[in-house]
Amino acid sequence: MPRFLSISRHDERNRPAEPPAPELQQRMAELYEEITKAGVVLDMAELAPTSEATRVAWVDGRAEYTDGPFTESKEVVGGYTVIQAKDKAEALEWTRRFLEVQGRYEPGTTVEVREIAED
Amino acid sequence: MGTASAVSTAEAVETVFRIESARIIAGVARIVRDVGIAEEIAQDAVVAALEQWPESGIPDKPGAWLTATAKHRAVDLVRRRETYSRKLAEVGRALEDRPPAEPPDDDDIDDDLLRLIFTACHPVLSAEARVALTLRLLGGLTTREIARAFLAAEPTVAQRIVRAKRTLAAAGVPFEVPGGAARSERLDSVLEVVYLVFNEGYSATAGDDLVRPGLCEDALRLARVLAGLMPDEPEVHGLAALLELQASRTAARTGPDGAPVLLAGQNRAKWDRLLIHRGFASLRRAGRGPYALQAAIAACHAGAGSYADTDWTAIASLYGLLLEVQPSPVVALNRAVAVSRARGPEAGLVLVEELAGVPALRDYHLLPSVRADLLEALGRTDEAAAEFARAASLTANERERGLLLERAARTGAAGGRAAREGPV
Repeated sequence: MPRFLSISRHDERNRPAEPPAPELQQRMAELYEEITKAGVVLDMAELAPTSEATRVAWVDGRAEYTDGPFTESKEVVGGYTVIQAKDKAEALEWTRRFLEVQGRYEPGTTVEVREIAED
Repeated sequence: MGTASAVSTAEAVETVFRIESARIIAGVARIVRDVGIAEEIAQDAVVAALEQWPESGIPDKPGAWLTATAKHRAVDLVRRRETYSRKLAEVGRALEDRPPAEPPDDDDIDDDLLRLIFTACHPVLSAEARVALTLRLLGGLTTREIARAFLAAEPTVAQRIVRAKRTLAAAGVPFEVPGGAARSERLDSVLEVVYLVFNEGYSATAGDDLVRPGLCEDALRLARVLAGLMPDEPEVHGLAALLELQASRTAARTGPDGAPVLLAGQNRAKWDRLLIHRGFASLRRAGRGPYALQAAIAACHAGAGSYADTDWTAIASLYGLLLEVQPSPVVALNRAVAVSRARGPEAGLVLVEELAGVPALRDYHLLPSVRADLLEALGRTDEAAAEFARAASLTANERERGLLLERAARTGAAGGRAAREGPV
């Protein structure tokens, strides 16, 4: 069964000021429960803001470090999920369900679904 | 930018059904009290979706649509049955002595899923039948996929499933998760099915492939589902931990040519860190049941940076505990191996010799294989070669046989050389 890395991106500079409404929080909890009970998620995490991040590049034979926030990019990675599903269609359906809920809180969210290469 | 892609209706129906089928069947089974009929009704709902969605568009909550449609049909069926029974009663015939169906409601669909799991794994069915029915109803595998995985003919598996459904109906197995003392016994039966499926994939008992990873993954998913549904059952987490940790070694267990690689020779960089991490997390929620203890043993291996770092003393004592809760000659043999690593081949061989006459191990290839290993370590090479050859003659797995014959030849040759050169 292939694994997929779902990379969720959002506009870090325009994040909602308020936490989700209780009704939406309830929906999010239900979805989390549904995903857990379906046994498809191997790993799932939200990332700390890019203001705490550091980029490392290898330039002219030495490491070069750049501290965040990275203002040049509008969308930054905000979280990831590792899903194990029968095929990509199944992974996309779970992603659709995630966005159906998350998109109501943070409408600009996009998710990129990438298959993890196995040897 | 990529290009926009559209999902066809048929694909959408198929995907949603695959994700939801077990839940739909479970919800319907509670209404109609028959898993066979429930499966048919669930498939009817798919046909309805294929007819209606191209016209109406894919509904916002396609899973809920399929579930509602299937339940609606189930209620219709029950009503027709009841009307029929009433009419029979009116003409003075005996009523069917079925318990009246509960009115359908939407409460706790996950309990229905658990009911379905406990029903499919009911001990009234043979282990083979439980495995086939569980993979069909809960794993979403087609009859053909099950047949391929178990190297059986498709009609044989189809028959097995049909008969299992009939047996459940004939025995009047209630669609429920049993409570009290029966619960733990029935849970054993459920866990055993998942474990059997995993093992069939992990150490294929016949044929050319040492590992059929598809089955391992199906079993792992079932274990994860069970852990999600029964978070308060320690042994469910024990089983999940065991399977996660075993599966973490899959990529390292076979060489590029498909030959098995033993634990000692495995490239630990190829172990799956994510599954190891998940295994440890499950183990923290597990108790001290047989699966949990086996998981703890697997965790000792997973936590060792190299084979030389393995804590064999801890493993030997875990096998000792396992032998108490689950006395079995195979566990005793494994304990002997661990003891030999912890205290030397002599100590291990003493324990192995004790098992020599045990009838259950008479045709078990690992007994001579372990004995051969220890004899080789003690320099008794001629005896070792004979035991390797004996082990080869007992295994049904082609790859394993090859490995054992190779070791028999090598040990024999080394023994011959040593004899010619004489003691130094």
